[in-house]
Amino acid sequence: MSVAPRELESLAPKKPRVRLMLTCLCDAYFGEIGIATVKVLEHAGCEVLFDERQTCCGQPPFNAGDWDSARTVADRTVELFRTGEPIIVPSGSCTAMLREGYPMLFPKLGRLPAFELSEYLVRELGINSWPRRPLGNPKPMKIAFHRACHGRSIGLGDVQEFLLATVPGVELVRFDQEEQCCGFGGAFSATFTKVSAGIGREKLRNIVASGATVLASGDMGCLMHLGGLIEREGIPLKVMHFAEILAGALSE
Amino acid sequence: MRSPRVEENARKVSPEATASVRSATAAVTLARQNALPAYFKDVDRATAHAAAIKDYVLDNLGSLLEQLEGNCQANGIQVHWAQHAASANKIIGDICARSAPGGIVVKAKSMATEEIHLNHSLEAAGFEVVETDLGEYVVQIDHDRPSHIVAPIIHKNRREIAKSFEREGLGPYTEVPEELAMQARARLREKFQSAEIGISGVNFAVAESGRLVLLENEGNNRLSTTAPQVHIAVMGIEKVLPREGDLPLFLRLLAGSATGQKLGSYVHFISGPRRPDEIDGPRDVHLVLLDNGRTQVMAGKYKEILRCIRCGACQNVCPVYREASGHAYGHVYAGPIGAVLAPALEGVEKLGDLAKASTLCGACQEACPVQIPIPRMLLELRDDAYRAGVIHEGIPWGAFAFAASSSWRWRAGLKMLPVASTAPNPLKKGWTDSRAMPSRVGRSFRRWWNERS
Ligand code: SF4
Repeated sequence: MSVAPRELESLAPKKPRVRLMLTCLCDAYFGEIGIATVKVLEHAGCEVLFDERQTCCGQPPFNAGDWDSARTVADRTVELFRTGEPIIVPSGSCTAMLREGYPMLFPKLGRLPAFELSEYLVRELGINSWPRRPLGNPKPMKIAFHRACHGRSIGLGDVQEFLLATVPGVELVRFDQEEQCCGFGGAFSATFTKVSAGIGREKLRNIVASGATVLASGDMGCLMHLGGLIEREGIPLKVMHFAEILAGALSE
Repeated sequence: MRSPRVEENARKVSPEATASVRSATAAVTLARQNALPAYFKDVDRATAHAAAIKDYVLDNLGSLLEQLEGNCQANGIQVHWAQHAASANKIIGDICARSAPGGIVVKAKSMATEEIHLNHSLEAAGFEVVETDLGEYVVQIDHDRPSHIVAPIIHKNRREIAKSFEREGLGPYTEVPEELAMQARARLREKFQSAEIGISGVNFAVAESGRLVLLENEGNNRLSTTAPQVHIAVMGIEKVLPREGDLPLFLRLLAGSATGQKLGSYVHFISGPRRPDEIDGPRDVHLVLLDNGRTQVMAGKYKEILRCIRCGACQNVCPVYREASGHAYGHVYAGPIGAVLAPALEGVEKLGDLAKASTLCGACQEACPVQIPIPRMLLELRDDAYRAGVIHEGIPWGAFAFAASSSWRWRAGLKMLPVASTAPNPLKKGWTDSRAMPSRVGRSFRRWWNERS
C-alpha cells in the first residue's frame, strides 16, 4: 500500500513543544548551561519556548522557612508556567520544588508537568543514547558524576549517568561515598559554613582519589559550591553540567 | 549574623572525632545496605508494611496501651504511667528506694532513660548507677554524653577508650578491642553481682501478649534484666506493637538498619518476673510507660516521627551528622531523627532551629525502615519556626520575593549583580570563608536567546 507524501507528513509525530525553566542560578551566573539545554532539547527534536518574564521558583525562601515570601514567588511562577507544555528544568532541585515543594505551599495545586532535563530526554522522549546522530571526534573524558540529592525526591535514580555513559569518549568513574550529599543545601552553604565546606571537601577528596578529571552533575547549585571549593583550594578538577556534556557532544 | 547552634558546636569538634564518625557511619551504612536486601525480597514493601503497622499503632494507641497494660499485669508485670520526665523519674526513684535504698543500679542502654536524664535523678537520690553497655560505660566514666542513638561513643577512637580504661584502673593499657572488652567485663561483672536493681529500655512491647522485647549484642541487657531482684523497664508509649506476629518484621528491620545484622546476638522476650518454679530471674518486673510529650506530638502534623524505632540509620547517612557529629545538636536525639523529634517533643520555640541543620538531601528518608518523611517535616518545622521568629538569619527574603515577582525588577537586579556582590551581605562571608565567589561564566542566556530569535 502506498501513502501519499502529504499524508505521511501528517502521520509523523509532532515536534514536542517544551517550556524552558532557566533557573535563577543559570540566569544570574551560568547562562551557558541554559544555552546548552536549549541545544540539547533541539537536537532531541523539541521546539523550545522561553518566557522572558520568568524569575525564580521560590525555593530559597521556601527552604529558609519564609513560606509567605516563597508563595509570592511561586504563585507567579505557577501562572507563567501553567500553559500545558512540559516544563524542562536543567536542575533536579528546581524540578523538585515545582513537583514536591509547590503542593506544600498550595495544597490545592495540581501537579505541574515539570521534568528534570535527563528525565525528560530518557523517560519521556525515550532517548537511550547520545547524540542521536553520530557526530565528529569524541573528546575522551574521565567523569565522576555527582547525583544531586534532590533527584531522590523526584525519583531520578541513575538516569543521568545512563545517558552520559552512551556519549562517545565519556568514561564514568565510581568513587567512594558516591551517594553522599555535597553539602550545598542552598543558604545552608553560607549559614553552616564549616559543616557545608567540610562535607564538600570530603566529597572532593573521594572524587580526586577516583582519578576523575571532570566532576559533573545535573545541578548548578552543587557545582557552584564544589566549584568554589575547587577554585579556592586549587584542586585539578574541571566542573561541568550534564547539559554541557551532552551539548559538547554535538558541537564537534 | 550569629552562626546557628549546630554550626557553632561543629566548629569545636576535633578532626579525630569527625574521622571516627565518618568511618563508622560509612561502615554501618554499607552493612545495612547489604543486610536488608539479603533478608527482604522487596525492602520497600517491608518498610511500607512496617510504616503501616506503626501508623495503626499511633491511631489506636490508647486501646493498645490498655491492652498491653492488662496483659502485662496478667503476666505479673507492674505497669506505671508517666506523663512527664519528672514523674517517670519519681516513679523509678520510688521503686528503687522501696527495693534497695542507696543500692547499686545496673543499667542497660536505653534512650528513654537518656531522654529523662534518669541517671542524674537516681544519683542525686543516693544510688550508685552503673551503665553496663560498653559504649554507655565509656560515656559514664568519661563524664561524656552519648552522640549516637545506637553507638553512643561513635565519636571516640580506640586510643581514647584505652586511655580512659587505664585511667580508671581497669587494667594495663591496651588497644586490642577484645582485651578492652574483657577489662570492662571484669569490672561490670562485680557490679552485676552486687546490684539490687536493673533498669533497661524496651525495643518492642506486644499488646496481645504483654511481652517486652529487647535486642542487644553484648549480653549486658540479659544480666541487667535477670540478675538483680528488681527489673524496671522504661519505654516510650509509641513502642507498643499490636501482635506477636509483627515481631519478625520489626526485629529484622531494626537489626538490619541499626547494625547490618540479621538479628542482634541476643533477643530477649520478657514475660514477667520469676515464677515459683523458676530458680532465677527478678522478683519484681516494672514497666514504666513514658509519654513526655508524645501524645501531644500525636495530635499534630509531626505524628509520623513517632513511627521511629531508633535504629540510627538516618544518623549514619546524614552528611550533616557525619560532619558535625551528634554532640553538635545539643540533644540526646541528634541527626535527622533528632532535628524533628526534639522540637516536636519540646517545642519549636525552644528547638526549632535544629530543623535548619540539614541540607534536605533526603538520605534519611531513603534509609528509614519505617519511611518517615523527614525532609518534608524539616521543611514544615522551618515554616513553623520562621513564623515563631526563631530562625531569622537576617536574610531579606521579603526583598528577594519582591524582586523575583516582577520581571523588570528581576532583570534590573541581575544587572546589578556584579556590583551587589561587592557589597556586604549576610550570606557572602559565610560563602567566601571557604569558597571562591561565583561569577558570570560565558554568555548571558537572555542575550543569546534574544539575538538568536
Ligand atoms: S527516624 Fe527512621 S532511620 Fe531514623 S532512627 Fe528513627 S527509624 Fe531509624
